[in-house]
Amino acid sequence: MPRNPRDVKEELIQIYPKKLRQKRSEQIVVTEHREDGSVPEIKANTRSSPGIITQRGCTYAGCKGVVIGPSRDILSLVHGPIGCSFYAWLTRRNQTRPDSLEAQNFINYCLSTDMQEENIVFGGEKKLKVAVREAYHLFHPKAIAIFSTCPVGLIGDDVHAVAREMKAELGINVFGFSCEGYRGVSQSAGHHIANNGLFKHIIGLNETPHDEKFKINLLGEYNIGGDGFVLEDILSRCGIKQISTFSGNSTYETMANSHTADLNLVMCHRSINYVAEMMEKRFGIPWMKVNFIGADSTAKSLRRLGEYFEDDELKARIEEVIAEEMAKVEVTRSVVKARCQGKTAMLFVGGSRAHHYQMLFSDIGMKTIVAGYEFGHRDDYEGRKVLPGMKVDADSKNIEEIDVVPDPERYRPRRTPEQVARLEGMTEMEFQDYIGMMPEMDDETLVIDDISHHETERLLEIYKPDIFCAGIKEKYAVQKMGIPCKQLHSYDYGGPYAGFRGAINFYKDIDRMVNMKIWSFVNPPWQQQEQLQTEVAAD
Amino acid sequence: MARRSIAIYGKGGIGKSTTTQNTVAALAESGKKVMVVGCDPKADSTRLLLGGLVQKTVLDTLRDEGGDEVDLDEVLRPGYRGVKCTESGGPEPGVGCAGRGIITSINLLEQLGAYEQDLDYVFYDVLGDVVCGGFAMPMREGKAQEIYIVCSGEMMAMYAANNISKGIVKFAQAGGVRLGGIICNSRKVDNELEMISEFARQLGTKMIHFVPRDNDVQRAEINRKTVIEWRPECPQADEYRTLAKAIDQNKMFVIPTPLEIDDLEKLLIDFGLVEGVPPGTEVVA
Repeated sequence: MPRNPRDVKEELIQIYPKKLRQKRSEQIVVTEHREDGSVPEIKANTRSSPGIITQRGCTYAGCKGVVIGPSRDILSLVHGPIGCSFYAWLTRRNQTRPDSLEAQNFINYCLSTDMQEENIVFGGEKKLKVAVREAYHLFHPKAIAIFSTCPVGLIGDDVHAVAREMKAELGINVFGFSCEGYRGVSQSAGHHIANNGLFKHIIGLNETPHDEKFKINLLGEYNIGGDGFVLEDILSRCGIKQISTFSGNSTYETMANSHTADLNLVMCHRSINYVAEMMEKRFGIPWMKVNFIGADSTAKSLRRLGEYFEDDELKARIEEVIAEEMAKVEVTRSVVKARCQGKTAMLFVGGSRAHHYQMLFSDIGMKTIVAGYEFGHRDDYEGRKVLPGMKVDADSKNIEEIDVVPDPERYRPRRTPEQVARLEGMTEMEFQDYIGMMPEMDDETLVIDDISHHETERLLEIYKPDIFCAGIKEKYAVQKMGIPCKQLHSYDYGGPYAGFRGAINFYKDIDRMVNMKIWSFVNPPWQQQEQLQTEVAAD
Repeated sequence: MARRSIAIYGKGGIGKSTTTQNTVAALAESGKKVMVVGCDPKADSTRLLLGGLVQKTVLDTLRDEGGDEVDLDEVLRPGYRGVKCTESGGPEPGVGCAGRGIITSINLLEQLGAYEQDLDYVFYDVLGDVVCGGFAMPMREGKAQEIYIVCSGEMMAMYAANNISKGIVKFAQAGGVRLGGIICNSRKVDNELEMISEFARQLGTKMIHFVPRDNDVQRAEINRKTVIEWRPECPQADEYRTLAKAIDQNKMFVIPTPLEIDDLEKLLIDFGLVEGVPPGTEVVA
């Protein structure tokens, strides 16, 4: 008998002190689709409460680890103590594929200024300059990105001044990020800072023109487990030229050249929407929300592309690709669906993934019974229509908001006002919009922002889902309770999961996990109360 | 007698270094063994005792040699009558973290064995206000047990003294640090002696000495000496001897009771701004 989600909510928060209980009650909502098209308001992107054991990461993680790090030939140099660099080294399984063996690829390197006590006391700028020069002479990169860790902000080292000086001295692009870990309430602040840096220091520097008819960028795709490779393949088969990805399998030059595209596709809304917005304002490139996670949603997103370019030939090719891929998908899906139908999942991850992966589960008949983001904002839950009414708190104001104006020479609207109006008027088009996670969820489903460990455990006990999706910090705590946990940051050792081919991989992996008998043996027989009582009675 | 560790705090420019060094000179004159730890990045807290600035600070050694082969003798120089002088040092203005520097420096001095010597007194001369955790270091972890605040009858000096008292309260609850008294370094403000006595009383402590203003202090400083050394027979030297004796015999160590801003301002109005007395008029107490 399914429990009433409102009762579950009360049960989750009843243990908290009064103030925290009030706060959490606003961060846990039960979905409903109201008549005016709205969904309930959720409190999100606010500071985590001490003691709740949050899933969240830091601003530096969001800036370097998520957004800039996956790029192949921007040399990432971390200004700080060694741990910040070492423990963030290659943890997200971002893949990359250089054009040749000789092509530059720094993704496997871990560069740090290795700050010591004396650099804290006397300042670390000199050491940073030495490190930039050394890195340059070792690798001769086109660009060096400097990332600030917590102590850098405390002692006031000016990484931007160092970057300017080194840029002049070395004749390459050098830029810094003030992405100290403690800024903002989660890694989300780091995404914004990284977006600002991409826009200020890279985008628009390479004017190489392209003759192709359909030119796009794919934003917010980080090529985890090879997702980006799958999408590159699909898009090229449809006849679409991908100028750049932000930032999986990308290079500095493709990003610098990305303003020559005619459309930006946005995958992870949270981590990259700022770049999409700024490119629209400066260059006139529209953006469109897509979701290539799940076979059905991949097909839907590709059709949106056809609608945008209004080209019958393109539409026909897209349909061909969809038909060809879907045939393969169905072979696996029908088998897996038979075994997974009716099973349940919980997703607590990211600022988009908890939404996107619901589609993959629904492909195989699995229902998402509770979901939430780690670092999403209200618009990721409720849709961008809430943006105008959203309060900007002090933590968000702490992050620079770039004032963008149209570029006098390069601003070129890609679509006529009539075309824009048509696209905006189409249902399910999500043109320059994101409808958010909650409108796509069933009524009476729990949505939880920044879930705590206590809530995680209680939810697992109450609902006993067939699978739980989160990250490495949660994985083993969950599995010790006898429930398989799929990491959706790193994909554990699997992937790709994007597109059609990725969907097939995901179906198989999830099938294996939810139908594995081993989870019922996590609690051994001698620890099960019932059996013990039986034996005592037999004596 | 057990060694006493004393930290001198007070508003920037109030005369902490001058007062500390003259008091230390008077203690040394009376046969006490004293070490002075300068906790100011400018490294000028021991100039009068050494007859000039130190050549090498504790943190200089960290920078130059990575803290590996530092010898205590390099950073601990004998000054007037064998007073051991050391300067924490620190970064240039606007760079790095001077607060962290103080913490590092005191830890380094401990590791080098500076505190294992036979000493009656350790004096910490701390920069300005307690601006961050680093400058509170002498108060923390029992580094200093007694605090004396140098103050004058000027409003901002009293504000600073009151704020420092708040810092002492915080650390007194966790450790053993206590306020030993207020040293009034006179700026010839109206009713200064009465006002600071009352201020000290309201803080729960006492004005341990009223040091009058005397140009001999300036003259001695130009000669890079304390008054005690430069002209031992002058009246100002006796003032510092009296202060040194008062500290040496002090038995009153309290957790202060900082004033509310309204009370502090009332004090200033009651004493400092006597109605009808034009500025500069000598007020006979």
